Amino acid sequence: MSRTMTPVHFSGAQRLLHWTMAAGIVAMLFIGVGMISTVAPSYVPLVATHKTLGVALFALVLVRLALRVTLGAPPLPADLPPVMRLGAVLSHWALYGLMIVMPLLGWAMLSAAAYPVVLFGDIRLPPILPQSDSLHTLLWAAHRWLAFAFFALILLHVAAALFHALVRRDGVFEAMSPLPQRKTMPER
Amino acid sequence: MSRSSSRSPFVPLAVIAMVVAGSAAAFAYTAGWLSPERLTPSRLVAALAPPGGPALGHRRNHAKGICFTGEFQSNGNGMALSKAKVFTPGAWPVLGRFNLATPSPKAADATVRVRGMGLQITTPDGDVWRSAMIDPPIFAVSTPQAFYDLLGSAPKGPEAMKAFIGRHPEFMAFAGWAGSAPWTSSYAEDPFNSLNSFLFTDAAGTTRAVRWSLRPAATQMPITPEELARKGPNYLEQEIAQRVAGAPQRWTMVVTVAEPGDNTADPTKAWPQGRRTVEVGTLVVNKVIAEPDGPCRDINFDPTILPRGISVSDDPFPAARSSAYARSYDLRTSEAKDYPRTPVSGSAKP
Ligand code: HEM
Ligand code: HEM
Ligand code: HEM
Repeated sequence: MSRTMTPVHFSGAQRLLHWTMAAGIVAMLFIGVGMISTVAPSYVPLVATHKTLGVALFALVLVRLALRVTLGAPPLPADLPPVMRLGAVLSHWALYGLMIVMPLLGWAMLSAAAYPVVLFGDIRLPPILPQSDSLHTLLWAAHRWLAFAFFALILLHVAAALFHALVRRDGVFEAMSPLPQRKTMPER
Repeated sequence: MSRSSSRSPFVPLAVIAMVVAGSAAAFAYTAGWLSPERLTPSRLVAALAPPGGPALGHRRNHAKGICFTGEFQSNGNGMALSKAKVFTPGAWPVLGRFNLATPSPKAADATVRVRGMGLQITTPDGDVWRSAMIDPPIFAVSTPQAFYDLLGSAPKGPEAMKAFIGRHPEFMAFAGWAGSAPWTSSYAEDPFNSLNSFLFTDAAGTTRAVRWSLRPAATQMPITPEELARKGPNYLEQEIAQRVAGAPQRWTMVVTVAEPGDNTADPTKAWPQGRRTVEVGTLVVNKVIAEPDGPCRDINFDPTILPRGISVSDDPFPAARSSAYARSYDLRTSEAKDYPRTPVSGSAKP
């Protein structure tokens, strides 16, 4: 089997990061839209959670990208149609881009509004921009619309992952499976 | 390849469609898009708008105001209640805003019963304490939902207000204050009260519920609203600018400590007389600056922006206010072009 030479799945660290971050990002999206639509007492802890988790995810995505660059990714199946291959590559880089940009936009938006950026544990982050109403407006809109784009892209990503797992059954899902894997895939 | 062409893809495709549709529905539900009856900050802020619509570029409430700077001179007494740096002896820079509780920046002074103060104290440890206080001794309603009800009822006339008071009898205490408390012709003569309860935590870790007030050093010179009206629609801003130019104006900050059993969750309920009070320092206002290009313009005096040693209590208002003020801030900063930074000529502002 030629496949024993190339990795058939992401490393354990990459899979762990993928799934913890997936849970974190889904939580961020739900907390985000939930908090800005409530005036209940939970508003205060929800906002604190959103900021803290968002900054933590930013730290994690840097580690994740470093792993991606050093360890690479298993190849996509050879019989994958070119359109799907292109879609996979583009959507994965878009997801990485959003994982980096969203927390920075949140932090920058708070800075541009002269809000102190306070996380759980009394961690205080410095402002990364001066106060500016035009910048705040721009960043606020970007954080909001890119969050919706992020959610839409994740839905597409999940649909594609399940398509690989349930319809094509081509080992792509197993490559990122949350469960420990054998070194090589059985016949695929 | 074991992928069998005999398997129908229908079931897996239906599963995928259900996962996607279910996730999208859960997201829409969380965002409140499926529950139009939910009290969102957008609805609360929209309800504040006067009949002609909101004044673009301005705060959605307390829209008429003027900036000030100064310092908070802490005497150290507050250290017995909170470990916040602001209560250690010293003088900390202050930024604030005198304001009128109206959604209209052009309202005449004598038409607005409630006056407010936005205050920010910054300490060298990087902590920021913001608060927005008003002059009545108690608030009008017990809950944010009731405030929304009040905003919906007040414009509909006396019958609707009677029905509102039937639902919220606690409003009568505030109505009593509004009808009988003296008016003044100066912000410098007005007290400003937190009304909401917060928690102070001292260095030993003991937490106490408190409210605070700024008591004016200037003597109150009562005036009728008619007399105030005769002085002009923007008298208060002219007066405070002149007065502060002549001499700094002072307020004593007094912290009142709740006793077990005191109602900390309802700002319409004053605590009984005789509660422990601590004078923690003096607010000194020494400069007044017009709002259009002043330092308070783009500040949100969100009452949940607190230093270490102060936190929110079981009072539901600070959270609701934080949510609503953020919405107001998002809106008004995005409308900056409708509120030029330089005062338009002919403006009565000093
Ligand atoms: C993975 C990262 C993040 C995601 C996916 C995310 C997502 C969201 C979403 C969905 C909303 C609601 C938008 C709306 O419906 O208008 C939101 C709002 C918000 N986010 Fe984030 N966010 C992230 C990171 C951050 C970070 C790191 C901060 C701050 C340090 C932050 C601060 C905020 C704030 C302040 C709002 C409220 C904005 C407003 O005034 O309407 N976010 N976010
Ligand atoms: C919720 C947020 C999620 C984000 C931000 C995300 C992001 C990513 C990214 C960036 C990659 C590309 C990895 C690389 O090539 O370096 C990837 C791969 C993958 N993801 Fe996700 N993911 C999320 C959720 C999910 C979910 C819920 C599933 C499953 C239902 C899933 C299944 C997969 C699979 C199977 C791969 C491997 C694709 C391949 O072999 O190239 N992901 N994900
Ligand atoms: C749920 C109830 C309340 C709502 C919806 C509400 C709404 C608002 C809004 C939208 C603003 C403008 C914020 C901005 O754009 O920066 C504002 C300002 C203000 N509010 Fe409230 N408010 C509420 C309760 C209170 C209470 C209880 C107090 C006093 C104890 C108060 C005192 C003030 C003051 C003094 C300002 C002006 C702050 C400044 O100068 O920027 N409000 N309010």
